[in-house]
Amino acid sequence: MVAPVSPALSVTGNSAPALSRETALRWLEQMMLIRRFEEAAEYAYTQKKVGGFLHLYIGEEAIAVGAVAAMRPDDDIFTHYRDHGWVLARGVDPRPAMAELYGKATGLVKGKGGSMHFASVEHHMWGGYAIVGGHIPLAAGMAFAHQYLERDRIAFCVMGEGATNIGMFHEALNMAAVWKLPVVFLVENNQYGMGTAVDRASAVADIYEKAAAYRMPATQIDGNDIERVYQTIHEFAERARRGQGPQMVEAMTYRFRGHSMGDPQRYRTKEEVEGRRPNDPINRWENKMLERGWATEDEIKQIFTRVDKQIEAAVQFAEESPFPEPSELYTDILVEE
Amino acid sequence: MTETIQITYRDALKEAMREALQRDNTVVIMGEEVGVWGGTYAVTRGLYDEFGGKRIIDTPIAEMGIIGVATGAAMGGLKPIAEIMTINFALVAIDQIVNNTAKIHSMFGGTMRAPVVIRTAAGWGQLAATHSQSFEAWFAHVPGLIVVMPSTPYDAKGLLTTAMYSQNPVVFIEHSRLYGEKGEVPRGEFRIPFGAADVKRAGKDLTIVTYSRMVHVALNAAKELANQGIEVEVVDLRSLRPIDWNTVYNSVRKTHRAIVLTEDWMSFGVSAEVAARISHDMFDYLDAPVERLTQEEVPLPYASNLEKLSFPDEARVAAKVKEMLA
Repeated sequence: MVAPVSPALSVTGNSAPALSRETALRWLEQMMLIRRFEEAAEYAYTQKKVGGFLHLYIGEEAIAVGAVAAMRPDDDIFTHYRDHGWVLARGVDPRPAMAELYGKATGLVKGKGGSMHFASVEHHMWGGYAIVGGHIPLAAGMAFAHQYLERDRIAFCVMGEGATNIGMFHEALNMAAVWKLPVVFLVENNQYGMGTAVDRASAVADIYEKAAAYRMPATQIDGNDIERVYQTIHEFAERARRGQGPQMVEAMTYRFRGHSMGDPQRYRTKEEVEGRRPNDPINRWENKMLERGWATEDEIKQIFTRVDKQIEAAVQFAEESPFPEPSELYTDILVEE
Repeated sequence: MTETIQITYRDALKEAMREALQRDNTVVIMGEEVGVWGGTYAVTRGLYDEFGGKRIIDTPIAEMGIIGVATGAAMGGLKPIAEIMTINFALVAIDQIVNNTAKIHSMFGGTMRAPVVIRTAAGWGQLAATHSQSFEAWFAHVPGLIVVMPSTPYDAKGLLTTAMYSQNPVVFIEHSRLYGEKGEVPRGEFRIPFGAADVKRAGKDLTIVTYSRMVHVALNAAKELANQGIEVEVVDLRSLRPIDWNTVYNSVRKTHRAIVLTEDWMSFGVSAEVAARISHDMFDYLDAPVERLTQEEVPLPYASNLEKLSFPDEARVAAKVKEMLA
């Protein structure tokens, strides 16, 4: 896999706290929770209980879990439409999350957003956005507010590599750099923008190099190595927090499922996908747990059983929840005043 | 009695902003040339010196970024005024305005707010096709936005003050040819509610429904017609979303005839909406079909004579009124 190669990256003394066994096991549980949540969502979709688009994060879980672990609880996250993992990694209850997919009144945003617009303000999770790149200036704006109000918080902007080709990416990065805003741009490079491979769409296939145009420190890491994600995000977040301006991390990963449901995946071979399986971030972390003697196979099994129960409860909650009242059609358009 | 002063439309806007900046530390102004330059139309002149670069923020020429950053900052607790130099450039930012600013509240089930005030200028003046457009209908089309378009210094200040207190996103459309217009404005803060039209001139024979610069064209025509014994009522919508249908309908109930007068194009424009509603809801009161006077459906040419021909003027308004009353 890809090694960190940024010339801008230097030793800063911002290294993350050492990892405890408990934290390591929690990461495994969180990654598996995301995986099982999405498998359940996929099943519900085939049963037509979930509609619209459903973009699965399967294979990319280490980025959200590792990055969130490195953030403070009041740092603010803006992400894209492949957002389930980010919301769950942030500690949001899977029940309202699943209910949102079902379009139920008990959903995270009352059934008004669906898969692409998960959000939870109390978790400083400012939502998934579905216009590619459209949320990048929002995150810069949140960082602007932090800087203006002298709050000790930073913003994280999560995007796919495909979003780095759109104009809003460049406007937002430029403004963030001009004003030295406390924001970390985190690019999840899963190799394909829908079905177009990164090197067919971007003149610069190593996305982190684009940050150099704005003299922004940047690095590229193996996004399927959760420990590496955790350490790197911690380091870059601390730099942003200390007033060193915006930062960029490109996390290399691979999407095991199609872009959304009903993607025939003509743009890649089965062999390619199978070839990536050994790099599944959950298996990798599980093996590391066993290697280090931090968990036995039995303990891991127990964790996975616990996750399955949580997901069952989430599905049941979603199934049993009511649809929004018809009158909800007309609410929340404007703030009443 | 509140003391009033004679000031321009430009200074009325500036006063509203100054008062907001003084009252509320979370108010910032961001946009192209709003600071050191003092605003392309000099609306923010002096504010940079008074409030400093932390609050009056010059931006790159990047409209998507300006609206996006202002929206994100509003979500983060600030009360930004984002100035888009002219409404023509707002199209560069239309994705941000329509897909983010207008939807932050509804799309996330009411859990977030984005109370940005987007100030921009409509208008023309031999600036040719791309710099002379009237896009208010594009924004008034979108649920989740407030869209206002004041015609006088009084309305400009009162509506901008309301916008500064609002928790909703407001698209505040000024008119470049009104900036020098003078009028009586109270000293200190006062607010004009959104969705409140104003009868700028009372009359019994015919209603002209209009807004922004065309209010003045209508008033001039009405004055001329009064000399001929024709009493025209001029209803200034002031805000396009929401629209004060009651005031419009009350006028039509009285006059039984209506012209919708706008500076945007006719097809699918503001006049289409207003005429359709009056025609439907006031069908029993109308003595004649609702007429529309709008900009000619052409990209605006540079040549001054052609430009002048593109817009309804006093003579054309008066002729249309007389035709309807004949």
